[in-house]
Amino acid sequence: MTHNAYIFEAVRTPRSKGKKDGSLHEVKPVDLGAGLLRAIQSRHDLDTSYVDDVIFGCVSPIGEQGADIAKMIAQNAEWDESVAGVQLDRFCASGLEAVNTAAAKIASGWDDLIVAGGVECMSRVPMGSSGGPMGNDPGFSLRTGFVPQGVGADMIATIDGYSREDVDSFAVESQRRAAHARDSGWFDRSVVPVYDESGLTILERDDFIKPNTTLEILGGLKASFAMHGDLGFDDIILEKYNDYDAVNHVHTPGNSSGIVDGSSAVLVGNEQAGKDLNLTARGRVVATACLATDPTIMLAGPGPSAKKCLEKAGLGVDDIDLWEINEAFASVALRYMKDLGISHDITNVVGGAIAMGHPLGATGGCLVSTMLDELERRGKKRAMLSLCVAGGMGISTIIERV
Amino acid sequence: MSGFNYEKDGDGIVTITMDMDGPVNSMSAEYGPMMKATVDRLEAESDLTGVVIASAKKTFFAGGDLKMLAQVTSETAGEFFEGCEAVKADLRRLERLPVPVAAAINGAALGGGLEICLACNYRVAWDDKSVKLGLPEVTLGLLPGGGGIVRMIHLLGLMASNEFLLEGKQVDPARAKEAGIIHEVVASRDELVGLAKAWILANKDNEDAAVQPWDRKGHKIPGGNANTPSLAQMIPAAAPMLIKKTRGLLPAPEKILDVAVSALRVDFDTALRIESRGLTYLVQTAVAKNMINTFFFQLNKVNGGASRPSDVEPQATKKVGVLGAGMMGQGIAYVSAMAGIEVVLKDIDKDAAIKGKGYSEKLLQKRVDKGRMTAEKMQEVLALITPSADNADLEGCDLIIEAVFENMTLKHKITKETEPCLAEGGVWGSNTSTLPITELAEASINPENFIGIHFFSPVDKMPLVEIICGEQTGDVALAKAFDFARQIRKTPIVVNDSLGFFTSRTFATYLEEGARLVMEGLHPIKIDNLGKAIGMPVGPLTIQDEVSQELSRKAQATWVELGYADRFGDQSQYRDFIDWMVLENDRGGRHHGGGYYDYHADGSKTLWPVVVDKYYKPEVSLADEDVKDRLLFRQVIEALKCLESGVLRTVADGNVGSIMGIGAPVWTGGFIQFVNTYGLDKFIARCEELSAAYGDRFDPPAIVAEKLAAGENFS
Repeated sequence: MTHNAYIFEAVRTPRSKGKKDGSLHEVKPVDLGAGLLRAIQSRHDLDTSYVDDVIFGCVSPIGEQGADIAKMIAQNAEWDESVAGVQLDRFCASGLEAVNTAAAKIASGWDDLIVAGGVECMSRVPMGSSGGPMGNDPGFSLRTGFVPQGVGADMIATIDGYSREDVDSFAVESQRRAAHARDSGWFDRSVVPVYDESGLTILERDDFIKPNTTLEILGGLKASFAMHGDLGFDDIILEKYNDYDAVNHVHTPGNSSGIVDGSSAVLVGNEQAGKDLNLTARGRVVATACLATDPTIMLAGPGPSAKKCLEKAGLGVDDIDLWEINEAFASVALRYMKDLGISHDITNVVGGAIAMGHPLGATGGCLVSTMLDELERRGKKRAMLSLCVAGGMGISTIIERV
Repeated sequence: MSGFNYEKDGDGIVTITMDMDGPVNSMSAEYGPMMKATVDRLEAESDLTGVVIASAKKTFFAGGDLKMLAQVTSETAGEFFEGCEAVKADLRRLERLPVPVAAAINGAALGGGLEICLACNYRVAWDDKSVKLGLPEVTLGLLPGGGGIVRMIHLLGLMASNEFLLEGKQVDPARAKEAGIIHEVVASRDELVGLAKAWILANKDNEDAAVQPWDRKGHKIPGGNANTPSLAQMIPAAAPMLIKKTRGLLPAPEKILDVAVSALRVDFDTALRIESRGLTYLVQTAVAKNMINTFFFQLNKVNGGASRPSDVEPQATKKVGVLGAGMMGQGIAYVSAMAGIEVVLKDIDKDAAIKGKGYSEKLLQKRVDKGRMTAEKMQEVLALITPSADNADLEGCDLIIEAVFENMTLKHKITKETEPCLAEGGVWGSNTSTLPITELAEASINPENFIGIHFFSPVDKMPLVEIICGEQTGDVALAKAFDFARQIRKTPIVVNDSLGFFTSRTFATYLEEGARLVMEGLHPIKIDNLGKAIGMPVGPLTIQDEVSQELSRKAQATWVELGYADRFGDQSQYRDFIDWMVLENDRGGRHHGGGYYDYHADGSKTLWPVVVDKYYKPEVSLADEDVKDRLLFRQVIEALKCLESGVLRTVADGNVGSIMGIGAPVWTGGFIQFVNTYGLDKFIARCEELSAAYGDRFDPPAIVAEKLAAGENFS
């Protein structure tokens, strides 16, 4: 590796319910992302002509989010016209993939300064809008044993023996941690309020978190994927996992990630860029890894990807101070901690997507800012970020403070 | 008592009769609490069958409080936004009452007025000329922020609401019904409330009657939403079609289009909020402040007679004599006859006069062909025009307007010959654009009744008349000219005598600066493009071709002859240049075989190569901003000088005159208003920069520094 990929800045929008009554429904994706670029620019008095590229993840790149939204966001932010942009899609890993790709380009020496992140306005461009063969193509789906993610998450819970109470308890703790972190101002450095054209605030802080969540409340929710299972998806997955005679459907909207609108942006560059623009590195990308596991259960990739990432970095589990696993479903996080033998005490220390929501293509970038803030606040060094990804993939990134 | 009068009848129908303080109902500060209290009461009402919204005024409801709107700043933007939201919330509650709500539209319902109607389930209007419906916000740099965009989109769809939202089109009740904006018209005002009530009773058991289309299950926007393929194809075309008209200088229609398309993407209530944000943004723009100032307040002032002597009785013109049946004379004859005034159109020979009348015939026939006039009416109008070659026919005219060649001797001669034909107390007007009125009046036996009435070409289309008072012109003559202009439905500005008066003098600087840029070596195409880029209707070179180099040359020659040349700055370079074009190269203008451009039979034009060969220097590079400011600031500075020296009597006349007579960019609100929102200090600084770089013609007029020192704007 010829260059260190430094992280100079990491910001995100507040996240809000991704439905028409969500606070950010009125905001176009191209405006949501541009707000973050402008914030980075004004915080650092950034000469945007120095930026080589804007790499943004987006999982439903269609309609208002279609046709390379990353380039349009750079234009909309009125950045220098030399700044390129590319949108990429690795499902839920898109945001982190954007950061990893940026890091790789910086490390290779082929680019000097990149903004990486993502945008997903799920209220305006609903999940699944971009179609694709998974589920929609019966020939393909039958041949490859496709089941909806939630059924996969329930299968993980079944295999690992996570009860409804286990997953709900995890969810309650996520809510508690997120509310506490938000209310303690721990997100204030990274969360950039969303403004309208007159400078009026549309949303200042995360408003998806439900601090009053209790086990009792969650216990009253109906399982989301029992019906899918009954349709025949349970039969498909049980054909593969034939040690079990039934799927225990434990996941509900209360212990799964929330559908939200949001965006993230991370400024990644080499040492020279930092010197030239007078930017202080907050951290660096140590290693990245991506792999795929069984596509049917779909969500078992994070643990293996984290192990691969440790190997690439030449580090062990004990070298990591904080762990961040995207809370797509509670069982995914529980499985991750089990795979790696780590405690919940150092995992998702400020809560996760169950509380704050998972704006698909943007989430990876959100995790970077969350972990940088926490490493700094706790005076720790290293964090691992991982997400489960459709198709059975897993993605991981190790960052460390410098 | 001011307020919304609340009256419940035996059938359980509540009639809200809006009767606010002042001459009209409007969205003033008292509106919000009043509407809220009314809806509160309606929601709490028991045995309610329906609601009728009516007005006790001549107009139904006048719309927003422009004075208040024009004062919104970034500090008060948040409060304004909340205010918009509150107004909408109450209208939303009104339309969601469990009973039908009907609007009984007895008079104009424009802007906020129509927005209230759109929040009713049923709209019935009195079919009368005085009743206009529309959303004219765009014409004042604003957008309909009371739900007007969103409800029109949900009611008519994007395509059908286009002209109402983006152009501010106003229609009478019959057309409004045709367009689907209202449901019914009635012949008599007295039937309105009765019909509204009858509709409510007839729909007592019809659940849908109390539910707006957009609140019904399965509602679809007519024409489709943003994902409907046929509409999705149209949306990308909307932006360029708009830019073609606005050149990106008018934020309001751009914002309206953006809000309208957003309404095709998000739910109704979110769209309403986006609309409020759009209005909040627009009210803060300089363009909106400029347009509100000039197109509403100052235009009303000008048309209302602020520059007319108030102590003179109305001076209706009954019979007008028009001397000279050329382009101007025939136009003046037409607009006069259209206003029902008897016209004697006189020329040296009768055939020319008959030909001049033919112009009216042609225009009238077009109206008949388009179904906008009956053949009988056309004959009535034509019968008012008498073509003549005989001074005797002028006997009894209470107004004579001469529109003969711009030649002092000729004009003097004609004055002497025909003035005696005037009726007792009649007024003599000269449609000159270049000769001083005071001097023309020297031939008059009654200079007190001698005045300049400067029309613009083509007379039937141009909305402005520039009235010029000579040194001895009296108040009665001024009142006469003013009232005549109003009779023929023009906007009259009143100025004092000076070379080129206000409009021609100011406009000439645009032509001259264009010529200077050519001589400096800038490419002519770039000059014309940058003239358009500041919002002038056409570039300075193209318009010079239209005005004709020949006319400019003759005017300059006349001024030299009379000893007036260079009175407002050295124009010798321009004179030499125009002489070179006309005298040496026979480039007298578009209608004289070509000017800067060659004009081809197919309607296209190409640059006259000689001017490029002689002047264009590729190495000359001027910043676009400088060129644009030179073309704009020359005119602004000249307008300020006219104000400073008393040629302009009021700022309003200067602003309205520059927009309607010279084609000043709409976004500026006129050449003087421009300075207010540009910032007086900033304006002085920019003038000084331009002066240092390009010459002292850009020196800031002292009046700007005076105003600045006094802490005032131009008003």
